[in-house]
Amino acid sequence: MTAAAGTGGRTGVEVRLEDLRRRYAGVTALDGLNLTMAPGELVALLGPSGCGKTTALRLLAGLEEADGGRVVIAGEDVTNVPANKREIGMVFQAYSLFPHMTAMQNVEFGMQLHDVGAAERRKRAGDMLELVGLSAHVHKYANQLSGGQQQRVALARALAIEPKVLLLDEPLSALDARVRARLRDEIRRVQLEVGTTTLFVTHDQEEALAIADRVGVMNAGRIEQLGPPTTIYSRPATPFVAEFVGLTNRLAGTVKGGEVEVRGTRLPLVKPDTADGPAIALVRPEAVTMAADGDIIPGPMVGTVIATVFLGATSRVTVDLGDITVLAQLPTSDATSLTAGTRVRLAMRRDPVLIARDEKASTEA
Amino acid sequence: MMGGRRVSLDWIGAVPFLVYVAVFLFLPTVIIAAGAFAGANGLTLSNFANLSRPYIVTATVNSLILSAVTAVAGAVLGALLAYAIATGNPRGVFRRVVTSACGVLAQFGGVTLAFAFIATIGPAGFIYVWMLQHHLDFYSGGVWLYDLRGLELVYLYFQIPLMVLVFLPAVDGIRPQWREATQSLGGSTWDYWRHIAGPLLAPAFLGSTLLLFANALSAYATAAALINQGGPILPLQISNAITSEVGLHEPGFAKAQAVVLIVIVAIVTALYALLQRRTARWLQ
Repeated sequence: MTAAAGTGGRTGVEVRLEDLRRRYAGVTALDGLNLTMAPGELVALLGPSGCGKTTALRLLAGLEEADGGRVVIAGEDVTNVPANKREIGMVFQAYSLFPHMTAMQNVEFGMQLHDVGAAERRKRAGDMLELVGLSAHVHKYANQLSGGQQQRVALARALAIEPKVLLLDEPLSALDARVRARLRDEIRRVQLEVGTTTLFVTHDQEEALAIADRVGVMNAGRIEQLGPPTTIYSRPATPFVAEFVGLTNRLAGTVKGGEVEVRGTRLPLVKPDTADGPAIALVRPEAVTMAADGDIIPGPMVGTVIATVFLGATSRVTVDLGDITVLAQLPTSDATSLTAGTRVRLAMRRDPVLIARDEKASTEA
Repeated sequence: MMGGRRVSLDWIGAVPFLVYVAVFLFLPTVIIAAGAFAGANGLTLSNFANLSRPYIVTATVNSLILSAVTAVAGAVLGALLAYAIATGNPRGVFRRVVTSACGVLAQFGGVTLAFAFIATIGPAGFIYVWMLQHHLDFYSGGVWLYDLRGLELVYLYFQIPLMVLVFLPAVDGIRPQWREATQSLGGSTWDYWRHIAGPLLAPAFLGSTLLLFANALSAYATAAALINQGGPILPLQISNAITSEVGLHEPGFAKAQAVVLIVIVAIVTALYALLQRRTARWLQ
């Protein structure tokens, strides 16, 4: 029997957050948040600090009370159910393991609270620690485990009680980059094996896009866009999403007749009904290419390469156009000759672009 | 080229402290220990044999009771206050005021403290007089301020602040995630205190209680200022044995009593250090 089978192979439940509202001392943290998670789905809430993502998670966990709205788990309204009766597993940012207990005791603890017999407890805790790859560390205390190992134990502990919902509150943020990427994949593998509906909160877009079935990008207490990672990245619904997720060139232009003219190129708009006038077009680096004819005659898209960053299959080239710096993401085979100082002429693919108004043009991460 | 290892000079900064400790702690301890075994005709154990005198046994028992009562009461009340501070705003006024006050009050003993109590709740103190005018007489069974019960009350005045100072770091080390993790795992507040916070804080609480015990056991000035007659506790007996100008002047015997105190305090302090080490491991 595999470890995963030992966890019971549970299927997830539907989770609904309906019009959730929360204010702290006059500041709105959640402004009518709505989110429905399908059974077994992993949804990532992504957003900057203070956008309300952690508040949403804590309201779902029952660790805070909502000012308005409902939390529904498996069809049952649990808005007024205390945290310890909600059957929710939670992994915190860091330092949540009980330091006076071994890894095994930490994982057993939740089952002990649920009056699971000692033998069954030990077996299940052993299975869970095997599931997260820590069978060799069951008798170690938190201070004898690395940060990544501690978070694995925390995951095993949260799953050992067979929760209806699993909540992950920036569980990778305290780890170094290499461990973070590995553990992220590990979390996803485990989540798929146990099939628990999971809410993952993070401010790291790469993490959210890599791990989630759907990503909800949050801003000012609301979800601005909810969708599969590819949609969030390639078809951002709002300027905020476009700028928060991935890199974006902010290029000054003029909207006219459902298109925007940017540095001599007319680009279609995501929202063709945008009013005419000056605007900032948000152009992805992938939509910036090298001009096919290669003639370097002075023009609005001719400039000098400042730097080329090798990213693997693609490279990111920074080009100074004189009045502005533009990022272009090119196949590495096209970018190898673009050393600093090379004169180039850029072009823009006619992908629909979003418009952000009333701010200065620049390149932003 | 010169060979060999370079001698580290890092310890030089600690020299003034080490000299201070040597002169005012180590040397007096050695002198007392040696003096306890010295008699008129050379080495003797008679000073220790005299520890079985009934009034010394009574004073020792009283000292132990006084220390235990004020340590336990001070620890409980101080722990509650430390918890209130730790759960409040970490940069709030309450925390700053209370911790600063505790820093002062933990060292506030001796004649000043004794007089403060005499002036307030002594038989002529303004609080007692005011309450008497309102027909409330807490001395109806006799004035207890000048006996052991009075000492217990007065000692708490510095024991509680001391507890706050030594226990607060441990309470601060308790992470809110542990309570929330317990909740999400299905535990109640009772479960949290029974399985998590209680066991985590127990070594620090016990260690701090021992420190309070040692603190009360070795306190002298407050008791001396408050109690003029007799020597109900060991430090006063030691004083009597040293300073008496009549028959009780027995410096060797005083040193034997001091050795008893030193041994008890040393054992208690060692236990405190052990418990603090465990606390530090868990609550960094």
